[in-house]
Amino acid sequence: MDQKNEIREITRDVFFATVIRMKMELWRLVQICAVRVEGGYDMSYSFCRNYEMVTLRLHVKEDEEISSITQVYPCAFLQENEAAELFGVKIRNLTVDYRSKLYRIDQETPFKEKG
Amino acid sequence: MGKLSKSPWLLHYDASSCNGCDIEVLDCLTPRYDVERFGVINTGDPFQADILLITGGVNSQTAPVVKQLYSQMPEPKVVLAVGICACTGGVFKECYNIRGGIDTVIPVDIYVPGCAARPEAIIDGVVKAVKLLDEKKEKIRAQKGREEQPGGTYGSEK
Amino acid sequence: MAKRSIVPFGPQHPVLPEPVHLDLVLEDETVVGAIPSIGFIHRGLEKLVEKRDFKQYVYIAERVCGICSCGHGMGYCESVEHVMGIEVPKRAKYLRTIWMEMSRVHSHLLWLGLLADAMGFESLFMESWKLREKILDMFDATTGGRVIFSVNCVGGVLKDMDSAMLAAIARTVDDMEADMTPLFQTFLKDYTVQSRLKGLGVLPRDQAILQGAVGPMLRASGEEYDVRMLGYAAYSDLDVAPVTATAGDSYARCEVRLKEILQSFRLIREAIGKIPGGDISVPVKGNPNGEYFMRIEQPRGEAIYYVKANGTKNLDRFRLRTPTTSNIPPMVELLKGCQLADVPLIILTIDPCISCTER
Repeated sequence: MDQKNEIREITRDVFFATVIRMKMELWRLVQICAVRVEGGYDMSYSFCRNYEMVTLRLHVKEDEEISSITQVYPCAFLQENEAAELFGVKIRNLTVDYRSKLYRIDQETPFKEKG
Repeated sequence: MGKLSKSPWLLHYDASSCNGCDIEVLDCLTPRYDVERFGVINTGDPFQADILLITGGVNSQTAPVVKQLYSQMPEPKVVLAVGICACTGGVFKECYNIRGGIDTVIPVDIYVPGCAARPEAIIDGVVKAVKLLDEKKEKIRAQKGREEQPGGTYGSEK
Repeated sequence: MAKRSIVPFGPQHPVLPEPVHLDLVLEDETVVGAIPSIGFIHRGLEKLVEKRDFKQYVYIAERVCGICSCGHGMGYCESVEHVMGIEVPKRAKYLRTIWMEMSRVHSHLLWLGLLADAMGFESLFMESWKLREKILDMFDATTGGRVIFSVNCVGGVLKDMDSAMLAAIARTVDDMEADMTPLFQTFLKDYTVQSRLKGLGVLPRDQAILQGAVGPMLRASGEEYDVRMLGYAAYSDLDVAPVTATAGDSYARCEVRLKEILQSFRLIREAIGKIPGGDISVPVKGNPNGEYFMRIEQPRGEAIYYVKANGTKNLDRFRLRTPTTSNIPPMVELLKGCQLADVPLIILTIDPCISCTER
């Protein structure tokens, strides 16, 4: 079996609707990852169904707020809190919001700057 | 007749280890290596422990825990740093959330290097710790002979 | 209404060798909510890709966790190889598979021992760990290390096994399979074990999918999902099938892991029979450029490795989503409604690996 592995770029206005549709179609949330890019972040949300894997890629500007998907997938809370704490991504309406106290590290948002 | 050594009780704490040394420490207690031969048993209670065995480097989360465990142990006590991370910080030294070895927080008596430290090395360290414990006890006893009061032995931190 | 109280669990708790903290909200003896707080072993390993080059980073990836060490090294190498388009020699793939399956046996036996210890079944704990020593001896003989043995490298593996060694492994596996039988009987048939595990912490299939459970946790709820079916390493040549159970309780999770040990024995024997000759690594030239999501099946479940490279020797980003990260939300669900005395056992049945989770 080949690793079916697709990355879809997605815009903010259809993002939430797509996530809800994924849930209706019984996709499992497997991974959330933030990557620092110039002027902002790339958020990748990966979903699996059977052995297929789809990643939704959302580009977020540095000071832009995004809303949390914990309303749809409650299990996202750990990984979204992690992205908020380590990268400084602004995530709104987290169901369990640790307010940057998940890892309780000394340095603020260590992944925000390179090096 | 020679003096008998005490059977030391051991307290294990994982400061920020990768688990590799922890499972080797546990391995020492199981049938193959069996440190209970030396009278050592693993306890979860710092108030009854003589040897503090720490794996992993220290971060800002675990530093107060390590300090507290150390101060709760009665004198004489021996601290054993197991694994290269506990000695110096090891491969994690440059991580943003690692302060370095255990000796950045509390005084360490015996260092057991290795990644992961082998059970033979850990047992060697524990046997050395037993010897050191005897010496420390002797010192306290000698001091006790000189002075009336033995001084705070409980919860004292030097 | 019963009075609510909050009981802290951990960070130092006898049932777990690793520090994790939970705030348990209780109504009398019943747990109504649990808030996990982690961060005691967070080191920030993902950040180190900016300081180490992509070949050196294998050693860091292996030290994310001491139990799943072989799998992390392999997952990282396979994802970098995918980005660079490197075709690894067949023999290296088989060797990786053999070591990986041996790691699975060692990890599951370790877990079975801890489970027995949590139930207070001390002799069963000793028995499981005694058996595990045989696997560690084989690691020692083939690689020189017992728990962290650094055999993976980008482009293949670092050490080869000769035919005498392979035969010795096959013999050990046969011996262990015979020794496993009484252990199997005790875990699955013993009255005490059954009364402690059956019906405890039931996770229905739809909840398991919604909460994103992975690995034995998901398979014990009846979902057939095992990433080895994708055929990375040498799994495409081997006869792999997901091991499942339907009850979804702690007993089912124990059963799945026990049967996976037997499956791993079979896979090791099959791989030893089929292993081809040839080189064990290919030279790696140039730097990676691109990105890839790699999935592999760790003993604890599906792990995801994300690599983003920019054409220099340092990677842009390495992300590791470990199985326990995915299993914590379903665990929190399971704790709601259980008795306080069952909390340690339920936490243990997800096979938590905290140093993986926090990296």
